[in-house]
Amino acid sequence: MPNSKSAYSFSNKKEKLDTHIIVVWVDNETGVLARVVGLFSGRGYNIESLAVAQVDEKLKISRITIVTTGTPQVVNQIKLQLRKLVPVHKVADFKREDKSVIFKEMALFKIVGPNNKLKDAMKACKKYDPVLLDKTKKSNVIQITALRREIDKMSNILKKFGLVSVSRTGAVAMTRGADIFK
Amino acid sequence: MSKLYSGAEIVFKCMEDQNVDHIFGYPGGAVLPIYDELQNFKSIKHILVRHEQGAGHAAEGYARSSGKPGVILVTSGPGATNVVTALTDAYMDSIPLVCISGQVPTHLIGTDAFQECDTTGITRPCTKHNWLVKDIKDLAYTIHKAFEVATTGRPGPVLIDIPKDIQFKKTKYKKYKKENKLNGNSHNHFNQNSIDELIDLMSKSAKPIFYTGGGVINSGPKASELLRELVYATGFPITSTLQGLGSFPGDDSQFLGMLGMHGTYEANNAMHDCDLMINIGARFDDRITGAIDEFSPKSKKVHIDIDPSSINKNVNVDLAIVGDVKTVLSSTLKSLKKKKSKFLKSNKQQTSKWWEKIQKWRSVKSLDYIGSEESIKPQYAIERLYELTKDKDAYITTEVGQHQMWAAQHYKFNKPNRWMTSGGLGTMGYGLPAAVGVQIAHPKKLVIDIAGEASVLMTLQEMSTAVQYNLPIKIFILNNQYMGMVRQWQELLHDKNYSESYTAALPDFVKLAEAYNCVGIRAKTPEELDDKIIEMLNTDRPVIFDCMVDKVENCFPMIPSGKPHNQMILGPKDKESNKISGKGKSLV
Repeated sequence: MPNSKSAYSFSNKKEKLDTHIIVVWVDNETGVLARVVGLFSGRGYNIESLAVAQVDEKLKISRITIVTTGTPQVVNQIKLQLRKLVPVHKVADFKREDKSVIFKEMALFKIVGPNNKLKDAMKACKKYDPVLLDKTKKSNVIQITALRREIDKMSNILKKFGLVSVSRTGAVAMTRGADIFK
Repeated sequence: MSKLYSGAEIVFKCMEDQNVDHIFGYPGGAVLPIYDELQNFKSIKHILVRHEQGAGHAAEGYARSSGKPGVILVTSGPGATNVVTALTDAYMDSIPLVCISGQVPTHLIGTDAFQECDTTGITRPCTKHNWLVKDIKDLAYTIHKAFEVATTGRPGPVLIDIPKDIQFKKTKYKKYKKENKLNGNSHNHFNQNSIDELIDLMSKSAKPIFYTGGGVINSGPKASELLRELVYATGFPITSTLQGLGSFPGDDSQFLGMLGMHGTYEANNAMHDCDLMINIGARFDDRITGAIDEFSPKSKKVHIDIDPSSINKNVNVDLAIVGDVKTVLSSTLKSLKKKKSKFLKSNKQQTSKWWEKIQKWRSVKSLDYIGSEESIKPQYAIERLYELTKDKDAYITTEVGQHQMWAAQHYKFNKPNRWMTSGGLGTMGYGLPAAVGVQIAHPKKLVIDIAGEASVLMTLQEMSTAVQYNLPIKIFILNNQYMGMVRQWQELLHDKNYSESYTAALPDFVKLAEAYNCVGIRAKTPEELDDKIIEMLNTDRPVIFDCMVDKVENCFPMIPSGKPHNQMILGPKDKESNKISGKGKSLV
C-alpha cells in the first residue's frame, strides 16, 4: 500500500544481514522440531538449512543445527526466543566467518554416463576426498563433505560429467580444539 | 498396594494439590469422563460458560484480578478451537492460564475422527508450552509441570490435551510437593553492579521518567508497593502503559497518565524529551513507541524485565536488568537508601526545570473535551462512573475500542489488579466474560465492564452465565452505534469512507437484558446519567446499562501511527490543535 494514510509504519531501513549457524540442544520429544521451526516461521526468521538428529540416546537429546540470516538484532532475538522454549537446553550461535568452528555439509551426487566421464567426475571432486558409495557400468554415486558454497560449485561442475541427481544435508557445526560449548 | 486412580480423577487430584477452586468450562464428548468425576471433588467449583472463548476470557479475568492461574476445561475439536482466541490473548498479555482439553482416544488420533483436531499443533504458537498426554503415567507430572510453566517467569497460557482413553486408564497418584527451587530466584539474572549503575544514572539525570507496565502488576501487589516507594523516594515523574494502570495511584501528582497512541500530551512529550527512561516491566510495544526511529532520541534507556527476550527486541537499551520487578525494585531501594539517603532533596533542584516543562505540557489538558448538555459525551459518562464508584474499590474490565481508551484515560486506578483489559491482542468481546471471572474471584466486589455496543455483542451470551451464578456484574455500554475506533480511523485517515463501521439493526439492550433475566437500564441525557448510574450500582443483579452517547466523538489525543511522540493530534477543544491535526493528517 504505497500511499495509505493509515499505515502503521514503513520500514525503509536496509540493514546488513549476517549468516549465523545456530545450534540448539533439545529434548527429543514429539513436536519439538515443530516448535523450533514454528518459532522461525511465526516470527519471520529465515532458515537456510536445517540438520536434526538425536545425539544422546540415553538422555534423549537432539541437536538441531540451523543456518539463518538476519540483522544482529534479529539473530539476538532468535537466540533469546529459542531459550524460552521449554524443551530447549542450550543454544549456541556461530558466525559463518568464525574460524574456530568447523562447518560441514554432505552431498551425494549421482553421475550417469560413459566410463571416462565417471572418472572425470571423481577427479573433479578430488579436493574434497570423495567416497565412491556405489558403482555400476553406467553410474556412480559419490559422497563429499564440504562447505555449502563448495558443494554449490561442485554441483555446477559435475553437470558436464552427467550429474542426474543431488541430495544434500543441512550444515552441521562443531567447535575446534578441546573445548565444548556449555 | 496404593490406590489406583483414573486419568479423570488424577486431573482433579492435581487441581486440588494446586489449590484450584474454580474452573471455567464447557462439557463435550471427549471430556465426559472428567465431567463425570467433577461431583466427587467438592472443593472445585465448575463455572459453566456459554462458549469456550468465554471460558478463556473469564479465566483471564479471574487470573488478573486474583494473581492465581485461571483454569479452563474444554472438549476436543471445536471446544479447543474456540478457546484459541483467549489463549492468544493471554499469551500477548502474559496471563497465567492452564487449559485442559479433551482429545479423541489415542488410537483414533490422525484418522479425522469426530471432533478431532490437532489441538497441540493449533495452540503451539499461542501457548508458552503444550502437551499431548499419551501415557497415563505422565499425566500427573504433566499437569503439575503445566502449572509451573504457566505461573513462573513471564506468565502465560499452557494447554494439556488429554485423549479420552487416557482419562479412563488407571495409575497411582503421588501427592505433589512443590519444589522450592522455583521461588522466583531462577529468573533473576542481574547483579549489584547493574543496580549501582541504575542509581548512578538516576542521580545524574535532569530529565528522568519512569515508564511502567504490566510486569509490575504480574510481579504481585508487593511490586506496586515498592514502585510507589521508589517513585516517591526519587521524586521522578511516572507514566504507565495500558496494562500497568493501577500499579501507581492514578490521581497522584507525580503520575503523568497513560502514554502511547492515546496517552496524554505530558506523558508522551516527557517520554520524547527525557534524558533517562526507566522501563519497569513494559515491552516497548508499537502502540507505545510510535515511530521507532524517532523514539525518545536523547535518552539513556534502562529496561527492567523478567523476560530476557524482551530486552533489545524493539528498542536498544543502555542498561538491561533481567529479573523479577519486585526483586529488582527491592534491591534498588535498598541501595538507594544506603548510598543516597538524601536523594529526593538533592535531586529536587536538578529536576525542577524538567517538572516546569511537564507542568507546561500538563496545562494543555489534552484529555479535555467539549461538553454537551444535549447528548452524553462518552468521556463524561466515564468521568461520572468514576466519581460515583471511586470509593467502592471497583474492578473494571473493558472490551476493545474507543470506550477502552476513554476508560484508561478518565478512570483513575489506585490499586493493582483492578483493571482488566485486552491490550496486546485487542480482543473485542473480552470484557464481559472477563467480568464474569473477576466476579467469581471477588464475589462481594463491584465489577464493571466498560463496553462498546459492537464489542459486547461478540460474547454477549455470557450474560446467561452471569445470571446462572448470580454474578451482579455491570455491563456499562457506551453505545454510539458505530465501531467507534474503526469509524475514527476512517474519519481521520481514510477520507471519511465509513465502510461497514455502522451497526444497523442493533438490539434493544434493555429488552435484551430482560430476555436474559437481568436488569436493563438506559440513559439518554447527561441530566439523568447520575441517577441511572446510581440505580445500576444499587442493583444487586447483573445489569446491562445502555448509555446512549454522542455518535461521532473521537478519542484524543492521538499519535497517528508511524509518528513520534511529539507529533500528537489533540482534541477539538484546543484551537491550535486543529491546525496540528490538519497537518498531522496529511503527514500520516
